Amino acid sequence: MSIINYASREISCKIVYYGPGLGGKTTNLEYIYQKVAPETRGKLISLATETERTLFFDFLPVDLGAIRGFKTRFHLYTVPGQVYYNASRKLILKGVDGVVFVADSQVERMDANIESMANLHENLAEYGLDLKDIPFVIQYNKRDLPNIASIQELEVHLNPYGVPYFEAVSVRGIGVFDTLKAVSKLVIKSLS
Amino acid sequence: MTGAASWSLNEHDFHRLERVLQNFLYVSNARCALLVDRAGQLITTVGEAPEFDTTAFASLAAADFSANDQLAALIGETEFSSLFHQGERASMYLADVAKRLILVVLFDNRTTLGLVRLKVKSTVDELTAIVEELFARTRAEPARPRLENAFADEAEDEIDRLFGGL
Repeated sequence: MSIINYASREISCKIVYYGPGLGGKTTNLEYIYQKVAPETRGKLISLATETERTLFFDFLPVDLGAIRGFKTRFHLYTVPGQVYYNASRKLILKGVDGVVFVADSQVERMDANIESMANLHENLAEYGLDLKDIPFVIQYNKRDLPNIASIQELEVHLNPYGVPYFEAVSVRGIGVFDTLKAVSKLVIKSLS
Repeated sequence: MTGAASWSLNEHDFHRLERVLQNFLYVSNARCALLVDRAGQLITTVGEAPEFDTTAFASLAAADFSANDQLAALIGETEFSSLFHQGERASMYLADVAKRLILVVLFDNRTTLGLVRLKVKSTVDELTAIVEELFARTRAEPARPRLENAFADEAEDEIDRLFGGL
Protein backbone atom coordinates (compact mmCIF):
# COMPACT_ATOMS: atom_id res chain seq x y z
CA MET A 1 0.00 0.00 0.00
CA SER A 2 2.10 2.83 -1.24
CA ILE A 3 1.41 6.21 0.26
CA ILE A 4 1.76 9.34 -1.78
CA ASN A 5 1.96 12.25 0.59
CA TYR A 6 1.38 15.40 -1.45
CA ALA A 7 1.99 17.61 1.56
CA SER A 8 5.44 16.37 2.53
CA ARG A 9 6.01 15.24 -1.09
CA GLU A 10 7.01 11.73 -0.18
CA ILE A 11 6.27 8.35 -1.69
CA SER A 12 6.90 5.14 0.23
CA CYS A 13 6.56 1.64 -1.19
CA LYS A 14 6.80 -1.69 0.58
CA ILE A 15 8.65 -4.63 -0.97
CA VAL A 16 8.59 -8.01 0.77
CA TYR A 17 11.15 -10.80 0.30
CA TYR A 18 9.31 -14.09 0.75
CA GLY A 19 10.42 -17.73 0.54
CA PRO A 20 11.34 -20.86 2.46
CA GLY A 21 13.56 -20.84 5.56
CA LEU A 22 17.32 -20.50 5.01
CA GLY A 23 16.73 -19.54 1.39
CA GLY A 24 18.73 -16.30 1.55
CA LYS A 25 16.15 -13.55 2.10
CA THR A 26 18.06 -11.92 4.94
CA THR A 27 21.30 -12.36 2.99
CA ASN A 28 19.80 -10.32 0.15
CA LEU A 29 19.03 -7.44 2.50
CA GLU A 30 22.41 -7.66 4.20
CA TYR A 31 24.17 -7.46 0.85
CA ILE A 32 22.07 -4.47 -0.21
CA TYR A 33 22.82 -2.81 3.12
CA GLN A 34 26.57 -3.34 2.64
CA LYS A 35 26.69 -2.12 -0.93
CA VAL A 36 24.45 0.90 -1.26
CA ALA A 37 25.87 4.25 -0.23
CA PRO A 38 25.20 4.96 3.47
CA GLU A 39 23.31 8.16 2.63
CA THR A 40 20.97 6.09 0.47
CA ARG A 41 19.84 3.66 3.13
CA GLY A 42 18.67 3.65 6.71
CA LYS A 43 19.32 1.20 9.49
CA LEU A 44 19.00 -2.53 8.91
CA ILE A 45 16.65 -3.77 11.61
CA SER A 46 16.66 -7.51 12.27
CA LEU A 47 14.25 -9.17 14.63
CA ALA A 48 16.02 -12.51 14.80
CA THR A 49 16.49 -15.38 17.23
CA GLU A 50 19.80 -15.99 19.01
CA THR A 51 20.77 -18.33 16.19
CA GLU A 52 20.15 -15.55 13.67
CA ARG A 53 17.01 -17.08 12.22
CA THR A 54 14.52 -14.38 11.34
CA LEU A 55 11.86 -14.33 14.05
CA PHE A 56 9.63 -11.54 12.83
CA PHE A 57 11.24 -9.58 9.99
CA ASP A 58 14.26 -7.68 8.72
CA PHE A 59 13.71 -4.14 7.56
CA LEU A 60 15.83 -1.88 5.38
CA PRO A 61 14.70 1.48 3.99
CA VAL A 62 16.37 2.51 0.73
CA ASP A 63 16.05 6.05 -0.55
CA LEU A 64 15.87 6.85 -4.24
CA GLY A 65 16.19 10.54 -3.56
CA ALA A 66 13.87 13.17 -5.01
CA ILE A 67 12.13 12.16 -8.22
CA ARG A 68 10.27 15.07 -9.78
CA GLY A 69 10.06 16.68 -6.40
CA PHE A 70 8.88 13.56 -4.55
CA LYS A 71 11.19 11.95 -2.03
CA THR A 72 10.87 8.33 -3.06
CA ARG A 73 11.65 5.48 -0.74
CA PHE A 74 11.46 1.69 -0.77
CA HIS A 75 10.94 -0.21 2.44
CA LEU A 76 12.41 -3.69 2.10
CA TYR A 77 11.15 -6.40 4.42
CA THR A 78 11.88 -10.09 4.80
CA VAL A 79 9.54 -12.58 6.41
CA PRO A 80 10.52 -15.50 8.64
CA GLY A 81 10.72 -18.53 6.35
CA GLN A 82 10.07 -21.29 8.82
CA VAL A 83 6.65 -22.86 8.40
CA TYR A 84 5.50 -22.30 11.98
CA TYR A 85 5.98 -18.53 11.84
CA ASN A 86 3.04 -18.04 9.53
CA ALA A 87 1.23 -15.60 11.80
CA SER A 88 4.17 -13.17 11.65
CA ARG A 89 4.63 -13.77 7.94
CA LYS A 90 1.08 -12.74 7.23
CA LEU A 91 1.47 -9.51 9.22
CA ILE A 92 4.45 -8.40 7.16
CA LEU A 93 2.49 -8.75 3.93
CA LYS A 94 0.06 -6.08 5.08
CA GLY A 95 0.20 -3.19 2.64
CA VAL A 96 2.72 -4.85 0.33
CA ASP A 97 3.45 -3.17 -3.03
CA GLY A 98 5.82 -5.72 -4.51
CA VAL A 99 7.05 -9.24 -3.76
CA VAL A 100 10.34 -11.03 -4.34
CA PHE A 101 10.17 -14.79 -3.91
CA VAL A 102 13.62 -16.10 -2.96
CA ALA A 103 13.69 -19.78 -3.90
CA ASP A 104 16.37 -22.18 -2.71
CA SER A 105 17.65 -23.92 -5.85
CA GLN A 106 18.80 -27.08 -4.07
CA VAL A 107 16.89 -30.17 -5.22
CA GLU A 108 16.03 -31.18 -1.67
CA ARG A 109 14.41 -27.76 -1.04
CA MET A 110 11.96 -28.01 -3.94
CA ASP A 111 9.09 -29.10 -1.69
CA ALA A 112 9.85 -26.28 0.73
CA ASN A 113 9.78 -23.80 -2.19
CA ILE A 114 6.46 -25.10 -3.43
CA GLU A 115 4.97 -25.03 0.05
CA SER A 116 6.18 -21.49 0.65
CA MET A 117 4.81 -20.30 -2.70
CA ALA A 118 1.41 -21.82 -1.90
CA ASN A 119 1.55 -20.13 1.49
CA LEU A 120 2.32 -16.79 -0.19
CA HIS A 121 -0.79 -17.17 -2.37
CA GLU A 122 -2.92 -18.00 0.66
CA ASN A 123 -1.63 -15.15 2.78
CA LEU A 124 -2.06 -12.60 0.01
CA ALA A 125 -5.58 -13.86 -0.63
CA GLU A 126 -6.43 -12.99 2.96
CA TYR A 127 -5.66 -9.37 2.09
CA GLY A 128 -7.69 -9.69 -1.10
CA LEU A 129 -4.56 -9.72 -3.25
CA ASP A 130 -3.54 -11.96 -6.11
CA LEU A 131 0.07 -12.46 -7.19
CA LYS A 132 -1.05 -12.01 -10.79
CA ASP A 133 -1.95 -8.40 -10.06
CA ILE A 134 0.97 -7.16 -8.01
CA PRO A 135 4.59 -6.49 -8.94
CA PHE A 136 6.29 -9.85 -8.46
CA VAL A 137 9.67 -11.36 -9.35
CA ILE A 138 11.40 -14.62 -8.46
CA GLN A 139 15.01 -15.14 -7.47
CA TYR A 140 16.51 -18.61 -7.84
CA ASN A 141 19.19 -18.45 -5.21
CA LYS A 142 22.22 -20.62 -4.37
CA ARG A 143 23.03 -21.33 -8.01
CA ASP A 144 26.64 -22.07 -6.99
CA LEU A 145 25.75 -25.19 -5.01
CA PRO A 146 26.32 -28.64 -6.52
CA ASN A 147 22.94 -30.27 -6.03
CA ILE A 148 20.61 -27.80 -7.69
CA ALA A 149 17.47 -28.16 -9.76
CA SER A 150 17.55 -26.88 -13.32
CA ILE A 151 15.97 -23.51 -14.07
CA GLN A 152 13.38 -25.24 -16.26
CA GLU A 153 12.36 -27.46 -13.39
CA LEU A 154 12.12 -24.53 -10.99
CA GLU A 155 10.14 -22.53 -13.52
CA VAL A 156 7.63 -25.35 -13.99
CA HIS A 157 6.98 -25.63 -10.28
CA LEU A 158 7.24 -22.03 -9.15
CA ASN A 159 6.56 -19.70 -12.03
CA PRO A 160 3.34 -20.58 -13.85
CA TYR A 161 2.67 -16.93 -14.73
CA GLY A 162 6.10 -16.40 -16.23
CA VAL A 163 7.11 -13.44 -14.08
CA PRO A 164 10.70 -12.18 -14.38
CA TYR A 165 13.23 -14.42 -12.64
CA PHE A 166 16.86 -14.01 -11.68
CA GLU A 167 19.58 -16.50 -10.89
CA ALA A 168 21.51 -15.57 -7.80
CA VAL A 169 24.23 -16.40 -5.34
CA SER A 170 23.17 -13.95 -2.70
CA VAL A 171 26.11 -14.57 -0.34
CA ARG A 172 28.36 -13.25 -3.08
CA GLY A 173 25.88 -10.63 -4.19
CA ILE A 174 25.30 -12.20 -7.59
CA GLY A 175 21.80 -11.37 -8.82
CA VAL A 176 20.87 -9.41 -5.70
CA PHE A 177 20.69 -5.99 -7.34
CA ASP A 178 19.23 -7.36 -10.60
CA THR A 179 16.35 -8.65 -8.50
CA LEU A 180 15.96 -5.42 -6.57
CA LYS A 181 16.11 -3.31 -9.72
CA ALA A 182 13.43 -5.41 -11.41
CA VAL A 183 10.96 -5.39 -8.55
CA SER A 184 11.45 -1.72 -7.75
CA LYS A 185 10.85 -0.74 -11.37
CA LEU A 186 7.65 -2.80 -11.45
CA VAL A 187 6.48 -1.12 -8.25
CA ILE A 188 7.18 2.34 -9.68
CA LYS A 189 5.31 1.43 -12.88
CA SER A 190 2.33 0.33 -10.82
CA LEU A 191 2.12 3.85 -9.36
CA SER A 192 1.72 5.61 -12.67
CA MET B 1 -0.79 -3.66 -13.28
CA THR B 2 -1.95 -2.12 -10.06
CA GLY B 3 -0.54 -2.46 -6.60
CA ALA B 4 -2.52 -2.97 -3.44
CA ALA B 5 -5.08 -0.37 -2.49
CA SER B 6 -2.83 2.66 -2.29
CA TRP B 7 -3.84 5.98 -0.95
CA SER B 8 -2.71 9.51 -1.15
CA LEU B 9 -2.79 12.38 1.21
CA ASN B 10 -3.31 15.94 0.01
CA GLU B 11 -2.03 19.02 1.77
CA HIS B 12 -5.38 19.89 3.24
CA ASP B 13 -5.79 16.44 4.89
CA PHE B 14 -2.22 16.50 6.06
CA HIS B 15 -2.58 19.88 7.77
CA ARG B 16 -5.85 18.85 9.37
CA LEU B 17 -4.17 15.77 10.84
CA GLU B 18 -1.24 17.84 12.05
CA ARG B 19 -3.51 20.41 13.68
CA VAL B 20 -5.31 17.69 15.63
CA LEU B 21 -1.98 16.30 16.79
CA GLN B 22 -0.63 19.72 17.76
CA ASN B 23 -3.71 20.39 19.79
CA PHE B 24 -3.33 16.99 21.46
CA LEU B 25 0.26 17.76 22.45
CA TYR B 26 -0.83 21.09 23.87
CA VAL B 27 -3.52 19.61 26.11
CA SER B 28 -1.70 16.42 27.10
CA ASN B 29 1.81 17.82 27.58
CA ALA B 30 3.25 14.82 25.76
CA ARG B 31 6.60 15.30 24.00
CA CYS B 32 5.82 14.05 20.58
CA ALA B 33 3.15 12.33 18.50
CA LEU B 34 3.74 10.21 15.42
CA LEU B 35 1.19 8.98 12.95
CA VAL B 36 2.12 5.68 11.31
CA ASP B 37 0.17 3.63 8.83
CA ARG B 38 -0.56 -0.05 9.49
CA ALA B 39 1.98 -1.09 6.88
CA GLY B 40 4.75 0.62 8.86
CA GLN B 41 5.16 3.89 7.00
CA LEU B 42 5.54 7.13 8.85
CA ILE B 43 2.99 9.78 7.93
CA THR B 44 3.97 12.63 10.17
CA THR B 45 5.66 13.62 13.40
CA VAL B 46 4.53 16.52 15.52
CA GLY B 47 6.18 18.00 18.61
CA GLU B 48 9.79 17.62 19.73
CA ALA B 49 11.78 16.26 16.82
CA PRO B 50 12.77 12.69 17.76
CA GLU B 51 16.50 11.98 17.87
CA PHE B 52 16.02 8.38 16.79
CA ASP B 53 15.52 6.86 13.34
CA THR B 54 11.82 7.53 12.75
CA THR B 55 11.62 5.26 9.70
CA ALA B 56 12.79 2.25 11.69
CA PHE B 57 10.62 3.34 14.57
CA ALA B 58 7.49 3.43 12.39
CA SER B 59 8.07 -0.06 11.00
CA LEU B 60 8.59 -1.47 14.48
CA ALA B 61 5.57 0.34 15.92
CA ALA B 62 3.33 -1.09 13.19
CA ALA B 63 4.76 -4.57 13.76
CA ASP B 64 4.25 -4.19 17.50
CA PHE B 65 0.65 -3.20 16.98
CA SER B 66 -0.05 -5.97 14.46
CA ALA B 67 1.51 -8.63 16.68
CA ASN B 68 -0.62 -7.45 19.58
CA ASP B 69 -3.73 -7.58 17.38
CA GLN B 70 -3.04 -11.23 16.78
CA LEU B 71 -2.42 -11.83 20.48
CA ALA B 72 -5.78 -10.21 21.18
CA ALA B 73 -7.46 -12.52 18.69
CA LEU B 74 -5.84 -15.55 20.32
CA ILE B 75 -7.30 -14.70 23.70
CA GLY B 76 -10.71 -14.01 22.21
CA GLU B 77 -10.58 -10.21 22.05
CA THR B 78 -11.39 -8.44 18.82
CA GLU B 79 -8.51 -6.03 19.36
CA PHE B 80 -6.30 -4.21 21.80
CA SER B 81 -7.20 -0.72 20.70
CA SER B 82 -4.32 0.78 22.66
CA LEU B 83 -0.96 -0.30 24.02
CA PHE B 84 1.26 1.18 26.68
CA HIS B 85 5.00 0.68 27.05
CA GLN B 86 6.54 2.09 30.20
CA GLY B 87 10.16 3.17 30.34
CA GLU B 88 12.28 4.73 33.05
CA ARG B 89 12.32 8.18 31.49
CA ALA B 90 10.19 7.92 28.37
CA SER B 91 7.02 5.98 27.79
CA MET B 92 4.93 5.20 24.74
CA TYR B 93 1.22 5.01 24.23
CA LEU B 94 -0.11 3.57 20.96
CA ALA B 95 -3.71 3.80 19.79
CA ASP B 96 -5.56 2.53 16.76
CA VAL B 97 -7.07 5.07 14.36
CA ALA B 98 -9.86 3.67 12.16
CA LYS B 99 -7.94 0.41 11.69
CA ARG B 100 -5.80 2.29 9.18
CA LEU B 101 -3.30 4.25 11.20
CA ILE B 102 -1.61 4.13 14.56
CA LEU B 103 -1.14 7.13 16.80
CA VAL B 104 2.08 6.83 18.77
CA VAL B 105 2.59 9.19 21.68
CA LEU B 106 5.92 9.66 23.43
CA PHE B 107 5.79 11.24 26.84
CA ASP B 108 7.82 11.66 30.01
CA ASN B 109 7.28 12.74 33.60
CA ARG B 110 6.00 16.17 32.54
CA THR B 111 2.61 14.47 32.20
CA THR B 112 0.85 11.32 33.38
CA LEU B 113 -0.42 8.18 31.74
CA GLY B 114 -3.94 9.06 32.88
CA LEU B 115 -3.93 12.43 31.14
CA VAL B 116 -2.37 11.02 27.98
CA ARG B 117 -4.90 8.21 27.86
CA LEU B 118 -7.79 10.62 28.40
CA LYS B 119 -6.69 13.03 25.71
CA VAL B 120 -5.81 10.27 23.25
CA LYS B 121 -9.41 9.14 23.31
CA SER B 122 -10.88 12.33 21.90
CA THR B 123 -7.91 12.81 19.59
CA VAL B 124 -8.47 9.37 18.09
CA ASP B 125 -12.10 10.30 17.43
CA GLU B 126 -11.05 13.43 15.57
CA LEU B 127 -8.36 11.61 13.59
CA THR B 128 -10.79 8.82 12.77
CA ALA B 129 -13.25 11.27 11.25
CA ILE B 130 -10.57 12.74 9.00
CA VAL B 131 -9.14 9.36 8.00
CA GLU B 132 -12.53 7.85 7.22
CA GLU B 133 -13.42 10.83 5.10
CA LEU B 134 -10.11 10.52 3.28
CA PHE B 135 -10.58 6.82 2.53
CA ALA B 136 -14.19 7.29 1.50
CA ARG B 137 -13.00 9.90 -0.98
CA THR B 138 -10.25 7.58 -2.28
CA ARG B 139 -12.82 4.82 -2.82
CA ALA B 140 -15.18 7.17 -4.62
CA GLU B 141 -12.53 8.43 -7.02
CA PRO B 142 -12.32 6.52 -10.28
CA ALA B 143 -9.05 4.69 -10.80
CA ARG B 144 -6.64 6.97 -12.55
CA PRO B 145 -2.91 7.26 -12.93
CA ARG B 146 -1.72 9.12 -9.90
CA LEU B 147 1.73 10.04 -11.06
CA GLU B 148 2.76 11.25 -14.46
CA ASN B 149 4.66 8.87 -16.70
CA ALA B 150 7.69 11.09 -16.54
CA PHE B 151 7.92 10.19 -12.88
CA ALA B 152 8.25 6.48 -13.70
CA ASP B 153 10.88 7.19 -16.37
CA GLU B 154 12.93 9.33 -14.06
CA ALA B 155 12.57 6.87 -11.19
CA GLU B 156 13.75 4.02 -13.41
CA ASP B 157 16.84 6.00 -14.40
CA GLU B 158 17.55 6.67 -10.75
CA ILE B 159 17.11 2.98 -9.89
CA ASP B 160 19.65 2.10 -12.60
CA ARG B 161 22.03 4.76 -11.36
CA LEU B 162 21.80 3.72 -7.70
CA PHE B 163 21.71 -0.04 -8.07
CA GLY B 164 23.59 -0.48 -11.34
CA GLY B 165 27.11 -1.90 -11.11
CA LEU B 166 26.68 -3.02 -7.49
